[in-house]
Amino acid sequence: MTYTIEGKTGAWEIVVGLEVHAQVISHSKLFSGASASYGGEPNTHVSLVDAGFPGMLPVLNQECVAQAIRTGLGLRARINLESRFDRKNYFYADLPTGYQISQFTHPIVGEGTVEIELSDGTVRHIGITRLHMEQDAGKSLHDQDPARSFIDLNRAGVALMEIVSEPDIRCPEEAGAYLRKLRQILRYLGTCDGNMEEGSMRADVNVSVRKAGEPFRTRCEIKNVNSIRYVMHAIEVEATRQIEVWEDGGEVDQETRLFDPARNETRSLRSKEDAHDYRYFPDPDLLPLVVEQAWVDELERGLPELPDDKRDRFVKEYGIPRYDASVLVAEQAIADYYEEVAKGRDARLAANWVTGDLFGALNRTGRTIADSPISAAALGGMLDLVSDKTINGKIAKEVFEDMLETGDSAAAIVDRKGLKQVTDTGAIDAAVADVMARNADKVEEYRGGKDRLFGFFVGQVMKAMAGKANPAMVNEALKKVL
Amino acid sequence: MSLDPATVRRIARLARIGIDESDVPALQGELNGILGWVEQLNEVDVEGVTPMVGTGHAALRTRPDVVTDGNCRDAVLSNAPDGVGPFYTVPKVVE
Repeated sequence: MTYTIEGKTGAWEIVVGLEVHAQVISHSKLFSGASASYGGEPNTHVSLVDAGFPGMLPVLNQECVAQAIRTGLGLRARINLESRFDRKNYFYADLPTGYQISQFTHPIVGEGTVEIELSDGTVRHIGITRLHMEQDAGKSLHDQDPARSFIDLNRAGVALMEIVSEPDIRCPEEAGAYLRKLRQILRYLGTCDGNMEEGSMRADVNVSVRKAGEPFRTRCEIKNVNSIRYVMHAIEVEATRQIEVWEDGGEVDQETRLFDPARNETRSLRSKEDAHDYRYFPDPDLLPLVVEQAWVDELERGLPELPDDKRDRFVKEYGIPRYDASVLVAEQAIADYYEEVAKGRDARLAANWVTGDLFGALNRTGRTIADSPISAAALGGMLDLVSDKTINGKIAKEVFEDMLETGDSAAAIVDRKGLKQVTDTGAIDAAVADVMARNADKVEEYRGGKDRLFGFFVGQVMKAMAGKANPAMVNEALKKVL
Repeated sequence: MSLDPATVRRIARLARIGIDESDVPALQGELNGILGWVEQLNEVDVEGVTPMVGTGHAALRTRPDVVTDGNCRDAVLSNAPDGVGPFYTVPKVVE
């Protein structure tokens, strides 16, 4: 169903395209040998190239090119064997050269596509227009002094990938799903850590609205939104604002706006009036970048299995539902954990335990899969005890909680607590007889046709045997005597 | 192509160069002179000729991803007119 926002004049569709800036994982910067790592003392990860000193020349980092190509391949996009660098001219205090080296007319990566899945199971494909490499700017600190801004150039020159989507997104949920999927792909590829809070991934959001069947109307660009939740809010808030402008007989101006999450509104950035007049021209310091198809092929062979492929393989190989598979491939570490648990075991049971009890436990203890208190081998060991009927499903939950607390192996816990499942028919029959004797009235009712009392008897027998009886055998024994 | 006075003022603003209104006619004349000279290139027929992006046939040089530079804050800040501790400073710029 199409997502619409109801205005005074009826329903409006929204049209969204995203420009994502993803910081490339590399040791050194895009055009200089200064460190690209976080957390250095101010202005120490800076070379004279980054500081824009006269006569300094940029030299391209080969690994950053490789990372951009890997990302392009991960987005199933066309790799342009020849690309170019251009200067994007603007003045800002944290841009010492007065221009950003970017790729304008000839980006390294062309059209691609990202598959997203919505909560109702709908699958959509969002087009990628392009991916290009460019430099990050430095950082301005405005809170150190009443009259001055302080400038730290440590980030200046760090490699970014700008990933531009087609205006294919039609609702906030799709925008969220697209960003999550993009982040997942980048993390699998190891080309960007995808951390939006730290700013290593940020989004510019282009929003417009239209009536059904219309061509696109004027869009506004909301700059630098730094969380997925804010992107989704900003789209809704901005679309609502534009609808009001149109319905009041006004015109939406193409402009740059800022999203203010505290006030839940977008505001015009008037200072950026000339911001789109960047006077691009080819950077005379850099020749065109030519890469060999053989190198692209080599990079492609080195790619890890991507999330969509992994999900499809999990469905096929382990026979688990697509939804469970999607959850399990959300992060590579989770997928690896699951595969270790599932190998040679009941893969569906493994999926239920990982997505259910294990995720619940990680949530409760505030841990991630990487420092899970229960290792994949330990969880597998417990599932082995369930499969060989040493313990039943209910006792398994108790063992799991104990493992979480003590770190002991499942086998050790079963021994220590004497939780071994009772499969001795004599002991079960005795417990059944005892329960029947103590509940003669209920036995009468059951035999009089009150079938649903069967569950009551099972419960009583299990209780009498401290939960350790084999449930199938209890059912059997009860059916026989009742 | 010929520049009008408004375009001259706009170019100056984009380049952050302050000019007096009285300078505009002279600048307009000079800029139009430059444009006119470059426009002579339009007389060359380049139909079917691949755009030339450089005079050399060399490929772009690249470097391995190794940290070889930086950690030279004193040099980086040596021209800063108003440095404070480890920072450059500029008149406050807030959106």
